[in-house]
Amino acid sequence: MITEPTSKYLSNTVQSIQPSGIRRFFDLASSMENVISLGVGEPDFVTPWNVIEASYHSLEQGYTAYTANAGLFELRKEISRYMKRRFGVAYSAEDEMVVTVGASQAIDLALRAVLNPGEEVIVVEPSFVSYAPTVTLAGGVPVPVNTYSEDDFKLQPEQIEAAVTEKTKVLMLCSPNNPTGTVLSKRDLEKIAEVVEKHDLLVISDEIYAELTYDEPYTSFPAVKNMRDRTILISGFSKAFAMTGWRLGFACGPKTILQAMLKIHQYTMMCAPTMAQHAALEALVNGQKDVVKMKESYRQRRSLVIHALEEMGLSCHVPGGAFYVFPSIEKTGLSSEEFAEQLLMKEQVAVVPGSVFGESGEGHVRCSYATSVQKLEEAMRRIERFLKTL
Amino acid sequence: MNSTERELLQLIEKNGRLETATIAKLMGISVDETTRMLEKLEKEKVILGYSAIIDWTKGTEDGAVTAMIDVKVTPKRGVGFDKVAERIYRFPEVKAVYLMSGVYDLSVSIEGKTMAEVGRFVSEKLSTIDSVISTTTHFILKKYKHDGLVFSDNDEDKRIVVSP
Ligand SMILES: Cc1ncc(COP(=O)(O)O)c(C=O)c1O
Repeated sequence: MITEPTSKYLSNTVQSIQPSGIRRFFDLASSMENVISLGVGEPDFVTPWNVIEASYHSLEQGYTAYTANAGLFELRKEISRYMKRRFGVAYSAEDEMVVTVGASQAIDLALRAVLNPGEEVIVVEPSFVSYAPTVTLAGGVPVPVNTYSEDDFKLQPEQIEAAVTEKTKVLMLCSPNNPTGTVLSKRDLEKIAEVVEKHDLLVISDEIYAELTYDEPYTSFPAVKNMRDRTILISGFSKAFAMTGWRLGFACGPKTILQAMLKIHQYTMMCAPTMAQHAALEALVNGQKDVVKMKESYRQRRSLVIHALEEMGLSCHVPGGAFYVFPSIEKTGLSSEEFAEQLLMKEQVAVVPGSVFGESGEGHVRCSYATSVQKLEEAMRRIERFLKTL
Repeated sequence: MNSTERELLQLIEKNGRLETATIAKLMGISVDETTRMLEKLEKEKVILGYSAIIDWTKGTEDGAVTAMIDVKVTPKRGVGFDKVAERIYRFPEVKAVYLMSGVYDLSVSIEGKTMAEVGRFVSEKLSTIDSVISTTTHFILKKYKHDGLVFSDNDEDKRIVVSP
């Protein structure tokens, strides 16, 4: 709780939100030397050169002004083609799309556009740390639904049924998931879709990791029967194209909702950064080969890490996507927070305690394998040594 | 070549020092299988060798000079390009020989201790070969990138240590 005199100026809503548990680990890990970090939620690749170069070129050509609120029309047309080609969902570049400052802003816009005060949003946990606070800031009420390692952290349709009240409006989905890496199959999504339809819910589907799936072909939620017009699709360039720092994402969905989101965007952001939009355009037009290369490299490292964790006896479901593994550390008898802190202190390996992703993340830690093979192997040796001291 | 072999080759092309056990884990196959595959590819001369990429300008006083020489050749009956190329590539100071399309025929790259040494090689050995009509020698002044590796790359991790 903030106690300085100026705290009286803060809104109650903001005061009700806790700073992310990730922050504390960041401070702790930043203060130490020789840390191998498996705590990074972003690619270890630098943005492909052709993308950087396209942005340079746009600057040289003097494209330094605002773009249309919804984003460069050329870019929206490419997004539209991309969504059709990769995921089989058609969105109009004219009025069913907005280019945003990261998927983060797209999520914020979506929630603000649809929520009335007190309306409930089902958040499937363990989840990306921003969902619940963003719901709260939009005036809604986040309702966590826990998923468990026994179910490979897959949301069970009955769980939605159990969580729905007359105030429920939105279900937030994220596949592949951060932090669990879990991918929902076509069949899983169809079962969820039935409940969604039955209760007339709107779905915000965060598919930012959609390109990074390693086992089965990916199904986008709006591609499921009858779901397109009750889904706001969230995606972006951060993960697949290694463009986190460019801050560029997008949302697609039914016109009425997207136009409402655009209204907020227009007043609060004007448009996403122009030079990043030019970069993103190049990424979509000529970037797929790099996506494939990076994905291949993540797949190999996933295999390396899963192997190593198995060898040291940390059980871990095989995550189908993203670049995270989420092993159980329950048998150590430590809480995830204690485990992460002691591992950092004793062996200088940073992982993120599962508890920061929601109650059901307890007993697990998130390890990102988006780090060099050499560092991953060293980190695995250190974790193994750490386990032996317990 | 199947896709598993290709994957293995791509891994060791990037890093020839990867241990067999690591390759196996990265590819999700057994160590035995990896060893067998490596042996097979070595035997078939798909893998020709393993070498390091070294920046010789660092830490040594006795630097080396590299020249790329465009060689024009008249192939004679019974002595095709291959034969001429062989006469050239047998010299240990020759690092690479390629048959080229365009205005010259063979591209020869030579490494020596000094420019004079390379010059001697060109005038005494290379241009005296019967089929060689002319040579144009280009000395390399600075290497920026070699075999896919940038020499001055600042490849430190620029990400913050922990992020959502
Ligand atoms: C599930 C999920 N959604 C959204 C984001 C935010 O992405 P962006 O960089 O596009 O804002 C992240 C980033 O970590 C994420 O993991």
